[in-house]
Amino acid sequence: MSDKTVITAKDLSKRFGDFTAVNTISFDVRQGEIFGFLGANGAGKTTAIKMLCGLSKPTSGEASIAGFDIYKQTEEIKKHIGYMSQHFSLYQDLTIRENIRFYAGIYGLKARQIKERSIELISDLGLDDYTDRFVKELPLGWKQKLAFSIAVIHNPSIVFLDEPTSGVDPITRRQFWGLIYEAAAKGITIFVTTHYLEEAEYCDRVSIMVDGLMHDLDSPKALMEKYNKPTMNDVFLQIAIRNSRKEK
Amino acid sequence: MAEGDPIMVSFENISKSYDKNPALKEVSFSVEKSELFGLIGPDGAGKSTLFRILTTVLLPDSGRVLFDGEDVVKDYQYVRNQVGYMPGKFSLYQDLSVRENLEFFATIFNTSIAANYDLIHDIYEQLEPFETRRAGALSGGMKQKLALSCALIHKPKVLVLDEPTFGVDAVSRKEFWEMLKTLKEKGVTILVSTPYMDEAALCDRVALIQKGNILKIDTPRRIIDQFDKTLFKIRSSQIYKTILALEKLPHLGTAYSFGQEIHLYASKDIEATDVESQLLEVGIADAEVKPGMANIEDCFMNLMVAENMEDHVG
Repeated sequence: MSDKTVITAKDLSKRFGDFTAVNTISFDVRQGEIFGFLGANGAGKTTAIKMLCGLSKPTSGEASIAGFDIYKQTEEIKKHIGYMSQHFSLYQDLTIRENIRFYAGIYGLKARQIKERSIELISDLGLDDYTDRFVKELPLGWKQKLAFSIAVIHNPSIVFLDEPTSGVDPITRRQFWGLIYEAAAKGITIFVTTHYLEEAEYCDRVSIMVDGLMHDLDSPKALMEKYNKPTMNDVFLQIAIRNSRKEK
Repeated sequence: MAEGDPIMVSFENISKSYDKNPALKEVSFSVEKSELFGLIGPDGAGKSTLFRILTTVLLPDSGRVLFDGEDVVKDYQYVRNQVGYMPGKFSLYQDLSVRENLEFFATIFNTSIAANYDLIHDIYEQLEPFETRRAGALSGGMKQKLALSCALIHKPKVLVLDEPTFGVDAVSRKEFWEMLKTLKEKGVTILVSTPYMDEAALCDRVALIQKGNILKIDTPRRIIDQFDKTLFKIRSSQIYKTILALEKLPHLGTAYSFGQEIHLYASKDIEATDVESQLLEVGIADAEVKPGMANIEDCFMNLMVAENMEDHVG
């Protein structure tokens, strides 16, 4: 992990009417860091991620993503990040090759780059014999691996992973984290949310949002020591149970 | 059914394919009255298919299901009156209010909210401040509580919950399981599916299911007792490096990460000191290896591996 900062957020807020979804959060993320972004449902995670990806304008505060300003350079931001979630993923009725071509195009790669990167990606995943298969025919674990590889096909500074492993079997989930480690080792910053709290322990640092505020931010080890708990699950249960704004 | 028969639901050799893809392969097991029974497995294991057959919304290709002694295909009307089904996808009316949804479900079952309020009281109480709100405008946790209330309003004998905690945060998951425990104590038989292995420990009995096959059915305790390897818990300052090192030492066993630990499933003749010394040889100097207890996820992965190997052999 380098000392270079790729995400800087300062007093970032988002209000909807009189409801403050994200309340003055400040943090830095370094290049190649695996950064866990935790919080109970409704704590403000999704709103914060949308702002960081350039999809939603903050009400106040500042942030820079991969060196680009979150207000003025949202198109540049989109070219320098990757995004993957359980819900927004691959097109089931396109083949593996078509999905790769489609997303590589969306991420702004040129025809020649698309060709080169496709070959590389397919061979890295060992999918050479299956490129004309429809994605819907792939086992879920393979879909996840393919979706992740596509999310980093344009060699982004940062990849946002929104619950990438939900519902996946426990062995595939661990293989998926292998991919995350490899990408981080190559210098790609990983920004990940998860409901599997033992996965939080695989992160370099973890933040926990409660009621729109960034309640804690530290290494899993330091957080477990601070709250004197044996696992991140116990830490999370203690902190997030205070989430008062379940319903407004 | 004989009076006093403890069995509430029994699946007998159920098979089901979609096109030519098998979703369930000759699945058989029974659930007892007032049991909290968990179906534990990843997406694509066949959990939803099994529940849809039980709740009469899907026909099996072969085999039969008995529900309180009645065949679910022949006596589907009896089953529909006696089962509360909460599908995986939120299926309430988004444009009706909280109260209207509950009234709707009570009415189609020919009953009233007042008649069965005792069963849902603890759950619905939390929704009462928002009775006039549209269901679509509720938060995830509250939608789930409303869906559960609607599934219970006709006082079903059996409650079938398809991944009720999927995508739900750890705090709400904990609350939800506490509600299930209370319902069980009131005599409701509960079948619940989940991809979260840690929830298995909260069930009376569980079936571990993968690719349409039941890997194991028993109490969580006994499944753990039957773990057939030595489990070592390994700590090191370089977890990922240690995992990669262990992958290159396959004769020691299979290694998986668990948070800040690694679990190694080794054959019975391997000692902790063997693991430490072999890791030392490949440059992992600070590995601390201790025998430990398996959890349900360990058991699942151990069985999964065994099954996949047989697949390749077969």
